Amino acid sequence: MTELKLELKEKIIEQLNLEDVSVDDIADQDPLFGEGLGLDSIDALELIVMLDKDYGIKLADPKEGRKIFESVETMATYITENRSA
Amino acid sequence: MTRPVYINGIGSVSAQKTFDNASFLEDITHHSDTVLNVISPDYKTHIPPAAARRMAKGIKMSMVSTKIALQEADLEENKIDAIIVGTGLGCIGDSEKFVMDIIDNNEQYLTPTRFIQSSHNTVAGQIALGMGCKGYNFTYVHSAISFESAILDAKMQLENKEADYILVGGVDELVNHHIDTHRLIGHIKQEPVETMAVLKSGTKGAIFSEGAHFFVLSSEKSPSCHVELVAVKTFNNLSKNQVSGKAQTFLEENNLTSDSIDLVILGYNGDIEFDDYYDELANGLFSNTAQVYYKHLCGEFDTASGFAFWLGNKIIRHQDIPEVLRLNSVEISEPKTILIYNQYRGENHSFTLLRKC
Repeated sequence: MTELKLELKEKIIEQLNLEDVSVDDIADQDPLFGEGLGLDSIDALELIVMLDKDYGIKLADPKEGRKIFESVETMATYITENRSA
Repeated sequence: MTRPVYINGIGSVSAQKTFDNASFLEDITHHSDTVLNVISPDYKTHIPPAAARRMAKGIKMSMVSTKIALQEADLEENKIDAIIVGTGLGCIGDSEKFVMDIIDNNEQYLTPTRFIQSSHNTVAGQIALGMGCKGYNFTYVHSAISFESAILDAKMQLENKEADYILVGGVDELVNHHIDTHRLIGHIKQEPVETMAVLKSGTKGAIFSEGAHFFVLSSEKSPSCHVELVAVKTFNNLSKNQVSGKAQTFLEENNLTSDSIDLVILGYNGDIEFDDYYDELANGLFSNTAQVYYKHLCGEFDTASGFAFWLGNKIIRHQDIPEVLRLNSVEISEPKTILIYNQYRGENHSFTLLRKC
């Protein structure tokens, strides 16, 4: 799980071009949207594609994303429970 | 009677340190390469990081160039009525990445950011979003006359009172695949050439580069304004022996003769196959006129003539012609009327006339 969280942080930084952010800047429970990392709806789409491409998880209901993408912690938990890739 | 068109603000990001409007080519960067990247300003001081992270290089260069031009014009962003951009290839970097994603991922998993940025008009769109401009927003993609097409549109709109303040510019960015393909077909020189040796290279092809040049045009002359845009004309195809005649006609249409021109800015790029188009003017109609060139400094790209437009403005403003630009030694005491001639590989020719005001 710890490894997965680190991997997710690296992927988020790389895929969303968070140039000034390092892995150490993102705590496991930090909110990804709003006041936390400040991600927006386009980033949410990027994360949905990342789940599908890298972990084989298709979100049937995009509204699910709101809970899944709350933090790196929630993402890692969801991936661990649902991954096929 | 049509209204005059004044150039109230100028901004440039190029392979020279041109983003500082306070200086004028005082510190020349000498290159020795076949491709030149821009000397980047500190983007973070001009663009919020949250916005910059999703911007392609072409957009960042344009945003900074725009801000410099607006600052010089001392104009609030909300005064801009229209945004017009010329670009040969748009944000080709993201276009290439998007296409590669399609190929690599078997047409699956396509993400929005690269798609958004892969259209040519994303630069004009992003500038408009940044300044909240809901007015006319147009992008011209016309190869080496993209910039002039944008300028012509802006000029006509101002003359016909359809707008009061227009932001107009040209931008192109350099990316690897573009370099590889153009090197393969011989449009980029095979061997590196030192900046001051470009015209003497004696080889085919050009030194490729990138840049963004933006200008605030208006029929209202600002206190910072020194230059009026008199005329611009484009031609898709001209043979070498037509160039002088077309230049002469262009001048006559503006009640001028070759003697009225104080300085010609020629787009020589060191390509032995096509530089003789410029020779037609340099050795003929304007053989006794002061001549300068510039692509040894900024390289060749579809909107490189934006650098010439910037240069003409700077020369008139500073009343100075840096030695590094000179093609001949004809002296002029006061550069007032400037003709710019550009073409690329014998196609897409343009004449632009600037005058001190």
